[in-house]
Amino acid sequence: MFADWPILSLLIWLPILGGFLTLAAGRDAPDVAWRLGLAVAGATFLASLWLWIGFERGTPEMQFQEFTSWIAAFNVNYHLGVDGISMPLILLTTLTTVLVAIAARDSVKDRLAYYLAAFLIMQGLMIGMFSALDAVLFYVFFEAMLIPMFIVIGVWGGPRRVYATIKFFLYTFLGSVFMLIALIYMYLQSGSFAILDFHHLPLPMTAQILIFLAFLAAFAVKIPMFPVHTWLPDAHVEAPTGGSVILAAIMLKIGGYGFLRFSLPITPDAAAVLDVLMITLSLIAVVYIGLVALIQSDMKKLIAYSSIAHMGFVTLGFFIAFMIFRNTGDWDGASLGIAGGMVQMISHGFISAAMFLAVGVLYDRLHSRNIADYGGVVNTMPWFAAFFVLFAMANTGLPGTSGFVGEFMVILAAFRANFWLAFLAATTLILAAGYTLWLVKRVIFGEIGNDNVAGLKDLTPREFLVMGVLAFFVLLLGIWPAPLLDVMNATIDHLVAHIAQSKLPAL
Amino acid sequence: MNFEIPAFLPALPEMFVLGMACLILVIDVFLPDTRRDITYGLVQATLVVAAGLTLWLAGPETQITFHGTFVADPISDVLKLAVYLVSFLVFLYARPYLMERDIYKGEFYVLGLFGVLGMMVMISAHNFLTLYLGLELLALVSYALVAFWRDSARASEAAMKYFVLGALASGLLLYGLSMIYGMTGSLDIATVAAALQAADEGMNVPLVFGLVFVVVALAFKLGAVPFHMWVPDVYDGAPTAVTLFIATAPKIAGFALLMRLLVEGLGPLHGDWGDMLMVLAVLSLAVGNVIAIAQTSLKRMFAYSTIAHVGFLFMGILAGTETGYASAMFYIIVYALTAAGGFGMIILLSGRGFEADQLDDFRGLGQRSPWFAFMMLLLLFSMAGVPPTVGFFAKLAVIQAAIGAGHVWLGVYAVIFSIIGAFYYLRVVKLMFFDAPPIEEQPAINRGGAFATALSLNGLAVLFLGIFPGLLLTLTHYAVAG
Repeated sequence: MFADWPILSLLIWLPILGGFLTLAAGRDAPDVAWRLGLAVAGATFLASLWLWIGFERGTPEMQFQEFTSWIAAFNVNYHLGVDGISMPLILLTTLTTVLVAIAARDSVKDRLAYYLAAFLIMQGLMIGMFSALDAVLFYVFFEAMLIPMFIVIGVWGGPRRVYATIKFFLYTFLGSVFMLIALIYMYLQSGSFAILDFHHLPLPMTAQILIFLAFLAAFAVKIPMFPVHTWLPDAHVEAPTGGSVILAAIMLKIGGYGFLRFSLPITPDAAAVLDVLMITLSLIAVVYIGLVALIQSDMKKLIAYSSIAHMGFVTLGFFIAFMIFRNTGDWDGASLGIAGGMVQMISHGFISAAMFLAVGVLYDRLHSRNIADYGGVVNTMPWFAAFFVLFAMANTGLPGTSGFVGEFMVILAAFRANFWLAFLAATTLILAAGYTLWLVKRVIFGEIGNDNVAGLKDLTPREFLVMGVLAFFVLLLGIWPAPLLDVMNATIDHLVAHIAQSKLPAL
Repeated sequence: MNFEIPAFLPALPEMFVLGMACLILVIDVFLPDTRRDITYGLVQATLVVAAGLTLWLAGPETQITFHGTFVADPISDVLKLAVYLVSFLVFLYARPYLMERDIYKGEFYVLGLFGVLGMMVMISAHNFLTLYLGLELLALVSYALVAFWRDSARASEAAMKYFVLGALASGLLLYGLSMIYGMTGSLDIATVAAALQAADEGMNVPLVFGLVFVVVALAFKLGAVPFHMWVPDVYDGAPTAVTLFIATAPKIAGFALLMRLLVEGLGPLHGDWGDMLMVLAVLSLAVGNVIAIAQTSLKRMFAYSTIAHVGFLFMGILAGTETGYASAMFYIIVYALTAAGGFGMIILLSGRGFEADQLDDFRGLGQRSPWFAFMMLLLLFSMAGVPPTVGFFAKLAVIQAAIGAGHVWLGVYAVIFSIIGAFYYLRVVKLMFFDAPPIEEQPAINRGGAFATALSLNGLAVLFLGIFPGLLLTLTHYAVAG
């Protein structure tokens, strides 16, 4: 009976309108704002569950489609739909926003209504971005998202927030405008802005390579890949907790999503030619950024670098497909790599959100992110310490947690391509264990570091709830990833079959 | 001798505005200073009625009258409506500013109305002389308006610069037109186009020679690099209400000038003027966006940003396709609307004896007035071309037209400079939201009344047109296609 409801439009516009409502109603009443904002986020999350329930497994078709003409002059349409790649990311978005809204009550003292409104609007825009099937619509959401994030970092951020937020905005803007040129070029070739039409547009090699590079500029900045990652540590460190959580859990995934939705299916031949470049950059992210993470003295910066290293795994999983095909001649392993990358994205969404929230919990109490200011937290905050250790283990990829599944699949795929690639990729397990466990040792364990730590209070019920939900998903995904894989399988198989076909025009 | 009576009806809006302008001039003389609102009300009513007349006469057919010197076609209807709307906003925004400076005089409004008439004549010109007539009427009004605040030495200086350079540009234009007249034997736009179509190669050199002067004059009038030097000085020196006037609606008329003169009249020479416009566009985008970064005065910053926007306008026109003209038209209407809001914000924050024309005056606006800070945010992001504001679609349309005409590199070049441009718009957003308000007392923000309402609607329109850009885009495509 709900089949014909415009559920995706609801998911986009409910939080956006709810955000403005929160702003209007709660400007001078933080309590009202918080309740209202949470209600909107919660309602959106519940509505998004319908996507999970009503989603038809086993077909790569776009589902819950909506189609209305938008700008007739350019043949641009308001075309929405989800498949096995975008649907889990939308759920991740709605869940994370609820958690951010809950956590905001304790950590945001200043202008709470604006803060919640910014996150709700951002949520609507992100869902719009994940479900857009029209390139202009996608681009509009993709860019519009920058505005609330720009404000969030700039208003509620740390001491160097202005520098960080302008850097964040300009970096992302720089990347995306090249994508715009590529989209316009393809529109002029195909006469339509429909992403699915782009998938079937034959393109000569030169054009493919240029388009691939344009997309790379946009998505590599978002993910972020080495060497355009430098905005991320700045943005993360200066952003308020909620901002870091959304940045790490969702915004970084947009780059990965973009590769799957645009780069691979639109320019498969260019991707096959340039895969060595992509794999090299991914491995540099995994190994070099992992080493950089080791020497950080700031907790948030450490987690930010660890995010970059983990996202390197995602891109490795996506692009290893072409090398597997070259070396073995079949596409079986390719699905494994791409599925591994997807699982890694979802899992990293939970883990990084949890890690940043955990740092936020400490920061709210002592107003310091410096590792040296802590030590022996377990003595005063046992519950917190238990959660923190769990998330840290997940971050290192311990079997039984979600972190393991994705990494294992990607390393397995890498083995089919080349032993040494797999070897390098696997060093991440050691490096991640190094920087994460060392962080745990210095912050959580040992003697009580100073008087401030001695005065710490354990988690409030609200914080406990947030941590508990994330811990639940981290474990669930680690022990039983099958439901998630079920949702994605058909789409990923379809994608692999698609990229196996050359799109060069017949001579 | 046979004297044919021309059809007057297509020019009814022009005749009405002219009649009203003369009438208001007379009425205003008899009004005491306290009753100046009557002048203001009459001027605004004139614009509304003129809009009604234009709408009533609007139709898909092209009517040429007054012995081929005047044309009424869809593009003129749409452009005139845009001019009325923007001028209406300009007169509305200017009112509190003039009142606070005790220069709330009839001259501003009567001159402004004559300026509107000049723009209308430019838009409907079908002869080089009519075009020049409209242009000069507008130019004279602009010089006078810049100088109109007699007590301000800076304004007088700006007016002097404006006048000297503007007169030079007019001379160049006339000289160029006379060369073209010499080669084609006509000043009628359709006849010139037909003559150029039939022209042989041998005519090319003197024609292009004349064309160079015409293009230089247009670049002067529109403020494209390297003929832009007057723009920042005039914008900065003129009273903000006047800057508001000269920075908005005349740009729409400037687009009409380009369309009538280059596209309709000298269309067959597209290969030549297309390249010239490309040089101007490339330089304007670079110089406008880069130098704007160094400004501390918001008015000067807007001046340089205008120069960059003119570069985008040229990009659309040099594409030489219907899509290109339509997107340039879309761009300039959007620009005029956004710029009107931007200068309106300066007036909003200004008060008696206080000019909020420095960047620092916007510091902490997010705390003083979140609503208007949000409006300014929308306007700035629209100028920077960030979705979901309409400025994005304006840039999208123009870049698409340029790429469609085969200038992919120009599209890439334009977006790179848009990013550089985004920086100085972001800096204003940063001042508004991330910085604390200045310690010293600033005039209270007038949050009610027609002015504040109109400004809010102006800001929201930028967002609304960004969410539904199809409306205006369809209109411009219809207008250009005829």
